[in-house]
Amino acid sequence: MADVLAVPLHATHKHDASDNYLTNPRGLKSWLTTVDHKRIGIMYLWAILAAFLIGGVFALLVRIELLTPKTTIMSAETYNKMFSLHGAVMVFLFIIPSIPAALGNFALPLMLGAKDVAFPRLNLLSYYIYVVGAILGITAMVGGGIDTGWTFYTPYSSTTGGAVSLMTFAAFVLGFSSIFTGINFIATIHKLRAPGMTWYQMPLFCWSMYATAVIQVLATPVLGITLLLLIMERTFHIGIFDPKLGGDPVLFQHFFWFYSHPAVYIMIVPGMAIISELIPTFSKKSIFGYKAIGFSSIAIALLGFLVWGHHMFVAGQSQLASTLFSFLTFFVAIPSGVKVFNWLATMYRGSISLETPMLYAISFLLLFSIGGLTGLFLGMMSVDIHLHDTYFVVAHFHYVMMGGTVIAFLGGLHYWWPKMFGRMYNENLGRIACALIFVGFNATFLPQFVLGSRGMPRRYYNYLEQFQPLHQFSTFGSWILGLGLFMVAGNLLASLRKPYDAPRNPWGGRTFEWETQSPPITHNFDFDPVLKHGPYDYRPEKLPPRPGVLSPARPAGGHS
Amino acid sequence: MSHDTTHAERAHGGPKIYTLVLVALLILTFITVGASYVKLGSGMANVILALGIATVKGSLVGLFFMHLRYDKPLNALVLLVSLFMLGLFLLSCYTDFETRDPLEPARLKAPVAAPAPAAAHGAH
Amino acid sequence: MSESALTAPAPRAPEHSGHDSTLQHHFATHEQQFDASKIGMWLFLGTEILLFGGLFVGYGLMQAAHSEAFVAAHHHLDKRLGFLNTVVLLVSSWTMVMAVHSASKDRRKATVRYLIATLACAAIFLCVKYFEYGHKFHEGLLPGMYYSHKGDAVPNQFIFFSFYFMMTGLHALHILGGMVAMSWVLRKAVRGEFSSTWYTPVDLVGLYWHLVDLIWIYLFPLLYLIS
Repeated sequence: MADVLAVPLHATHKHDASDNYLTNPRGLKSWLTTVDHKRIGIMYLWAILAAFLIGGVFALLVRIELLTPKTTIMSAETYNKMFSLHGAVMVFLFIIPSIPAALGNFALPLMLGAKDVAFPRLNLLSYYIYVVGAILGITAMVGGGIDTGWTFYTPYSSTTGGAVSLMTFAAFVLGFSSIFTGINFIATIHKLRAPGMTWYQMPLFCWSMYATAVIQVLATPVLGITLLLLIMERTFHIGIFDPKLGGDPVLFQHFFWFYSHPAVYIMIVPGMAIISELIPTFSKKSIFGYKAIGFSSIAIALLGFLVWGHHMFVAGQSQLASTLFSFLTFFVAIPSGVKVFNWLATMYRGSISLETPMLYAISFLLLFSIGGLTGLFLGMMSVDIHLHDTYFVVAHFHYVMMGGTVIAFLGGLHYWWPKMFGRMYNENLGRIACALIFVGFNATFLPQFVLGSRGMPRRYYNYLEQFQPLHQFSTFGSWILGLGLFMVAGNLLASLRKPYDAPRNPWGGRTFEWETQSPPITHNFDFDPVLKHGPYDYRPEKLPPRPGVLSPARPAGGHS
Repeated sequence: MSHDTTHAERAHGGPKIYTLVLVALLILTFITVGASYVKLGSGMANVILALGIATVKGSLVGLFFMHLRYDKPLNALVLLVSLFMLGLFLLSCYTDFETRDPLEPARLKAPVAAPAPAAAHGAH
Repeated sequence: MSESALTAPAPRAPEHSGHDSTLQHHFATHEQQFDASKIGMWLFLGTEILLFGGLFVGYGLMQAAHSEAFVAAHHHLDKRLGFLNTVVLLVSSWTMVMAVHSASKDRRKATVRYLIATLACAAIFLCVKYFEYGHKFHEGLLPGMYYSHKGDAVPNQFIFFSFYFMMTGLHALHILGGMVAMSWVLRKAVRGEFSSTWYTPVDLVGLYWHLVDLIWIYLFPLLYLIS
């Protein structure tokens, strides 16, 4: 079996690589009017990374402000706006589109062996809707900001000043972008799988993307109407959410969380999608429990719709509803647990190679488990009454959203980067950055569990002096985390200055995207993709002695 | 795929069925309006009747005009799942709403002052 | 609007040079393309149902909280006009499905005629709505803080009119969007771009139009006939 690329073929591959979707056709106009899913994915990628940068800067500023119990660098009003914008930007502009719209758009059709998504022009439209939503959001930030938190709870949000209407309208617009991506993915998975690929031969990434798309399509419209109603309440005082006018503020929370709890699964299920690819590839072993993982994604999507009331235990919701929602919440732990155990079983006795993407996958397993398990504490009504709106909640959802989704996103970004841009990044720098992120993340958020359980409320500007050491620890951690993220950016961007050096299949993956050149040609495949083996078939006799596929024993390093 | 098979698969309904469905829809509309003048025991019974007829009408539109009767079942599944989610949303909100401790002043029986007309709110 | 984007699988080139100008490169067969467009449209309709659904749920709960006000307020609506509009929309659904049927049978002229009839029905619906709205404006039966109707025996009627205007307004916007999409399809039909092999846009706009009708089927009893 070919251990490294054979020289003559390497030369051919180089010759091929110059004609790819990035360079053909050239010119800004060809990018702005493209209907190619890969280009749209790349445009999404830059957009969401910009959003991540903005949201991240807000986060660092919030953490700096919390270095001292009183004023550090900003006024209380500015602080309120900072954390609101951090939340709104991260949720609506970064996490929700991050994996589906950027990485998913790029990878999903390739993995299915399709030439494009089902509705390429709708895909481009969804990107421009995102851009319009982002511009509206930035306008809202500059022109007044919001101090409601990202949840926009009434009646505060329907009476406070600032640019709440504009920000909610931006989120409304962004919702349509998300819906169109979802519609596209469902139709693509149903109709554009390569010949011979049944549902059970799809890569698990596609199963999870399907589950995500179902949630996007079913939940987002309710957010849309909720935000419209909020805008109406602010402008016309229609009397639905404001108790002063005869409305019901708890109803807003029902409306909001009917979307926003499933939206949590729009954020985390794609993360699981990536992990399901990384773990078998870097363990060189077939996935354990394919169907269990696939159906657990669907189960999470459906159960996700039944538990939203657990955000409202102390909001005046009825005892009966709280009890039902609390009971149902525990069921979500089952499919999540099924996934974690199946991933572990996949790694068991595999030949694990610790490249950067795999380090992220292992970090995910640790951090997501902490995030998921602390979620169970919060789902328990009696515990939640004490922990509600404390830093415990903040730490919990950062472990899921950042420790889960963002870590998986970074893993996926490192995994597909060679395919996207045709270049290998510096492996050692990648590993060091991952380690920094892991350490920094835990330093930032572990103390917050302690803070929360001791009664530190979230979103407070001032705090008791006894909390200062832990707050300071958390802030120092956020600097390590920020440093790690900047290292990732530097490492990846530096690789773009190199000539194309990525082989077709740098990691020895078994899914379709690794069979085409890096970066792919505009129509994805220079051959007709027909399924010949399962997505995780690592039986030695099935591995073809093809250049570019590295031996399972030791994938060649030396790309630095 | 040959053009004939796809064509055959798409063949649905026909003018005769469509016209019959339209007539049925119009008759049902008459019945709904008529029933609204009759007091059926409680107000709830009237609402249930009206929404029941609306559901029959909606099903006729879906099955025949929207071709669900002849289509691949996947399309109908999408519709049913959407309706199921809507039902779930309504039911859960309603359960909470009906079993909750009264919220002040949303559930006050005493009149809540209606907001003053536009002129008074000019400052907004 | 969004629906015209969804019906996008249309040929770029206006000339109709046989089979393949209507088949996009990433589809293998017409059937695959047609099925994909259809599932896409149905998913979009699902989102529409949930979008309106939010308003229905809000209406239901506010109606439960202020039932006397809602019953008192609905007497300001004219049942006869609501009934007229229901009939108009039902007829338009029939003309729409006939347009789809004609297109599938290669009857270009009939397709054009039925599409025009549907557009006319939509216009009538909006005219009736215009007069209804005009009457409400005149009486001061407006949403929220603009409500200025005098001499109400039951307070809080403004909440009913908030919902009345939001629900019928959003519905009317969908009628307008449908008219735009239908005009686009009509132009294609006049140019003879459809055939029994490819009439996807007529079919998809038809589906959308029936959904708009379906929503009205529920709006009419809920707003005009509650007691």
